[in-house]
Amino acid sequence: MSEKTQIADIDRSLYDFRFEEDEQDRLSSGITPEIISEISHEKNDPDWMRKFRQHCLKVYNKMEMVKWGAPIDGLDINNIVTYIRPKSRMNTDWENVPESVKETFERLGIPKAERESLAGVGAQYDSELVYHNVRSEVARSGVVYTDLESAMHDERYAEIIKSHFMKLVPPTDHKFAALHGAVWSGGSFVYVPKNVNLEIPLQSYFRLNAKGAGQFEHTLIILEENSSLHFIEGCSAPKYYEAGLHAGCVELFVGKCAKLRYSTIENWSKNMYNLNTKRALVEDGGKIEWVSGSFGSHVSYLYPMSILNGAGASAEFTGITFAGEGQNLDTGAKIVHNAPNTSSYINTKSISKSGGISTFRSSVIINQNAVDSKSSVNCESLMLDKISRSDTIPAIDIKTDKCDVGHEAKIGRISDEAIFYLTSRGLSEEEAKAMIVRGFADNVSKELPLEYAVEMNNLISLEINSNVG
Amino acid sequence: MCDILKIENLCVCAENKELLHDININIARGETHVLMGHNGAGKSTLGCTIMGSPEYKITGGRIFFNGEDITNESADKRARRGIFLSFQNPVEIPGVTLSEFLRNALEQISGKRQKLWEFKKQLNTAMEVLDMDKSYADRELNVGFSGGEKKKAEILQLLMLKPKLAILDETDSGLDVDAVKTVSKGIEEYRKETGGTLLVITHNTKILESLTVDKTHILSNGRNAKNGGGELAFDVLENGFGEVFV
Repeated sequence: MSEKTQIADIDRSLYDFRFEEDEQDRLSSGITPEIISEISHEKNDPDWMRKFRQHCLKVYNKMEMVKWGAPIDGLDINNIVTYIRPKSRMNTDWENVPESVKETFERLGIPKAERESLAGVGAQYDSELVYHNVRSEVARSGVVYTDLESAMHDERYAEIIKSHFMKLVPPTDHKFAALHGAVWSGGSFVYVPKNVNLEIPLQSYFRLNAKGAGQFEHTLIILEENSSLHFIEGCSAPKYYEAGLHAGCVELFVGKCAKLRYSTIENWSKNMYNLNTKRALVEDGGKIEWVSGSFGSHVSYLYPMSILNGAGASAEFTGITFAGEGQNLDTGAKIVHNAPNTSSYINTKSISKSGGISTFRSSVIINQNAVDSKSSVNCESLMLDKISRSDTIPAIDIKTDKCDVGHEAKIGRISDEAIFYLTSRGLSEEEAKAMIVRGFADNVSKELPLEYAVEMNNLISLEINSNVG
Repeated sequence: MCDILKIENLCVCAENKELLHDININIARGETHVLMGHNGAGKSTLGCTIMGSPEYKITGGRIFFNGEDITNESADKRARRGIFLSFQNPVEIPGVTLSEFLRNALEQISGKRQKLWEFKKQLNTAMEVLDMDKSYADRELNVGFSGGEKKKAEILQLLMLKPKLAILDETDSGLDVDAVKTVSKGIEEYRKETGGTLLVITHNTKILESLTVDKTHILSNGRNAKNGGGELAFDVLENGFGEVFV
C-alpha cells in the first residue's frame, strides 16, 4: 500500500470574504492628469504635492514596464481604479467606524490586538485610514503616529514630510514607484524624537476590499538620533476575479545610533500583484532590522533595500517566502554599504509547493569607502514536491579589498530519511512534513511578535490530504 | 504465551536487489535477543524493515506483532503499536527542539495530550538517568550533536516513549567507555521500568554485560545463518564469526 501525500494550500478562505462596495465616489478607471488632479482635489493636497503627483505621472508615462522578473502581463493598470474611499472619515474611536468596515477588522482581530499588546493601530480600509489611535503614553513621549495625509496638513510636520517624501525612493526608481507617487493615498507617518525608545510595537494593518482597487499606501518613518522603534505592518486582502494591484512605498530614515525593526506579514489573496518598494537609510551606528513574511499574492516583487550611509551602520534582513499553486514570488533584499565599518546580514528561507515558484534575489554592494565592512548572505530553499521551483540569484558588487563578504545558498527537498525518522516515533507522514517545514521556518518565526508568529504558523499549518492509493 | 514479534519467511528487496532472504525470528515478550553478523549482512535492513521503512520492500513472508499481521503497516502505525528503533545514524531536524519533538511524539503514541509541566518533569528525570545536560531539551533535534550525544538522545526517546519492543541498532558504536556505560544504564532503566522486549544489534560485549541475553541470531549475506542461546553472542564476540560457522 502506498500513500501519496499532498500538502494542501494555506487556507485563505478566512480572508476571502467581502462586503458590498458602498464607496461614495469611485473614480473612473485609468490614469490621466485629470484623475490625478481629482485625487489632489479630494485630498486637498498642498501645492507641492499637486505638482509632485503630476510630475510622477509624467515619469510614469515615460518609463518602461519592468521586464526582468516574474511575468506581470495579467495586470491591466488602466483597469484598476486607483482611488477608492470608504464613506467613513478618520476616526479615533472604534465605535464610530461603520459596521461593515468594523466587521471586516473584527474578523482580522485588530482592535483585540490593540487592546492586548499594541501601542497603536492604524487600520487602512481601502485607501484611507479609518481608524487611528495611539495610546496616550506613547503620544506623551513625543512620538507621532498618524496618517500621512493629515500630517501633511499639520504645520508641525508639513516641512519634515516635504523634505523626506519620496526622497529615498524617487519616482524615477521604477515605473511602479512613479505610479505610486502619482496616485498614493493613505499610509502612516511615524516620528520618534531623539533618545525616545518605544518599548511596545506600533502596528498597522492594510487591507483591500473593493474589487479591482489598487492600494498605494505610503509609510514614512523617521527615527531621530539614539531612538528605537518596532513597527509592524500586516497585509491581507479578500479574493476577487479581477487582478488587484498593491504598489505601496515604505521610506525609513534611521538616525545616528537609532534602531528600527520593521516587521511585515504579507498575505494578499492569490490574484494580487504585489509590487512594493521599501527602503531604509541608516546613519552612523544606526541599525535597521527587517523581518518579512511573504505568503500571498499571485506575483510579488519585493526587495527591501538598506543603505548603510554612516560609519558603523548595520542591517539585518530575515525573510520567509511561501509560494503555493499559481504563485510566483520574487523576493529578496538589497544592501548598499556606503561607509566604513558597516555590516549586513541577510537570512532568508523560501518554501515552494504545488508548482509554486519562489525566487530569491540578493544584491550586496560594497562601495570603495566602505572599508572594513562585513556582509553575510544565507538563503535556504525547500521544495515540497517535484513540480515546484526555487531559484537563487545572488549579486555581489565589491569595490574595496578591505571587506569580508560571505554567501551561502542551499536548495533542498524533504528527505525520505527524515520522514522515516519522524514517522518511526509515531508522527504521521503529514505531521512529519509539517514539522520539518515549521522547523525550517523557525528562525524566521521566532523573530516575529507572538501573535504574528502564531498567524504565520497557522498559515504554514499545512492542511493535508492523504488518500489516493 | 504468544510471541511479541514473529518474523516468518521474510524476504526484503531494495532497488531490485534482494537484501534479506527467508528470515525467521521469534521473540517472546520480555526477552532480550541479540542480532549479529558482519558489516553488510543485513542487520540494519532487518531493523528498519521491522520498523516499517518505506525504503525496503517486503517481497515475501510476514511480520506479526502481538499476533497481528503488520507486514503492510506504515512506520507511524507500528510506532503507535509500541515498536521503537534506535537509529544507527539519527537524522538532524533543524528548527525543531528535542523537547517539542518528544512531546509531539508522546502525544501521538499515547493518544493523549501531554501537559507541559508533567512532561517536563518526566523529561528531566529521564535526562538525569543519561547524565544529559538539561539544555539539550531546547536544542534542535540532533543538530550539531556529537555521535555520543545522538545515541544518548535516542535512548532518551526510548525512556520517554516506553515502547513494547525496542530495536537498538548499534547504539554502542562509536561511543567511549563512559558513554557506553551511560547508555547501558538507560537501557537497564527501560527494562526495569517497562519490562520491554529488546532486539540488540551490536559488535560489542560491553552493552550486553548488564543484560540477560536470551537468544542470539546471526545473519550472513541476508540469511539466518545461525540461531542460538544467549551464550552464542558472547562466544562470537570472543572468538569471531569464523569459529561459529565451522
